[in-house]
Amino acid sequence: MKVREIAEILDAAFFAGEEFADLEVQAACGADLMSDVMAFVKERVVLLTGLMNPQVLRTADLLDIKVVVFVRGKKPTNDLIEIAKETGTILLSTKYSMFLACGRLYEAGLRNGGVREIA
Amino acid sequence: MTLHFTIPAMDFSAAGKASTEVKKLLSSIGFDSSLVKRVAVAMYEGEMNVAIHGGGGQAEVNLDPAQIKIRFIDHGPGIADIDLAMTEGYSTASEEVRSMGFGAGMGLPNMKRNADALEISSAVNEGTTVTLVWRLGAVS
Ligand SMILES: Nc1ncnc2c1ncn2[C@@H]1O[C@H](COP(=O)(O)OP(=O)(O)OP(=O)(O)O)[C@@H](O)[C@H]1O
Ligand SMILES: [Mg+2]
Repeated sequence: MKVREIAEILDAAFFAGEEFADLEVQAACGADLMSDVMAFVKERVVLLTGLMNPQVLRTADLLDIKVVVFVRGKKPTNDLIEIAKETGTILLSTKYSMFLACGRLYEAGLRNGGVREIA
Repeated sequence: MTLHFTIPAMDFSAAGKASTEVKKLLSSIGFDSSLVKRVAVAMYEGEMNVAIHGGGGQAEVNLDPAQIKIRFIDHGPGIADIDLAMTEGYSTASEEVRSMGFGAGMGLPNMKRNADALEISSAVNEGTTVTLVWRLGAVS
């Protein structure tokens, strides 16, 4: 699924990286704890999160996550937009809650969680 | 080659800088991207632990043809029960730290999973040293 489609499905606005909107992603992960993202994410995913701070983008950069969606209408602040431009990360903001945002993407066919097997 | 980094206590904007730098360096040297990611993730967890739990400290990154070795040294409160600290989900992180997205109790197990070897030595009230090793050349 292209990031452009993700933005449409989530009725989301771009705050950085709109020029990369044709990027393809195969998996998605919703999380508010960056420790969990670090521990479980295996593939290049789109990260949906309700957390908004520089650590989210740092974590994304270290894990080669190129797309971050802020849920519940949170809009990234300028410092985050600056970091995203430096790291080439796409930032989106959607008014949907975490549950509904994940649900909409799942329904649209983005079904892979992109995480390692959990015992 | 040995690199030294200072990790300030509780400085969330600085924490992760060393890992980002090391990740860039390893990629530019041409290491396999999955190895680079494993090192970056483990180093970030290590950095966060020194910043959050260790009261700040040092990271020492050593590269030679046989291995990548990263050592974290702090003089903080130490870890009384290392087995307990290694348990997934165990965390003493404060509410403030949790609200930043950390404190899931996943860091040490995650470091162990991503490295070829992890060694912790710690003494209460003296500090903690965590050493991570990746062997190069051999299939891990
Ligand atoms: N350098 C350290 N000095 C003192 N205690 C430590 C140190 N590193 C870890 N610990 C202790 O071990 C516990 C588990 O560490 P671990 O990294 O697994 O989880 P966490 O840091 O609490 O949460 P997370 O890493 O998921 O954000 C910590 O909560 C803390 O009590
Ligand atoms: Mg930790």
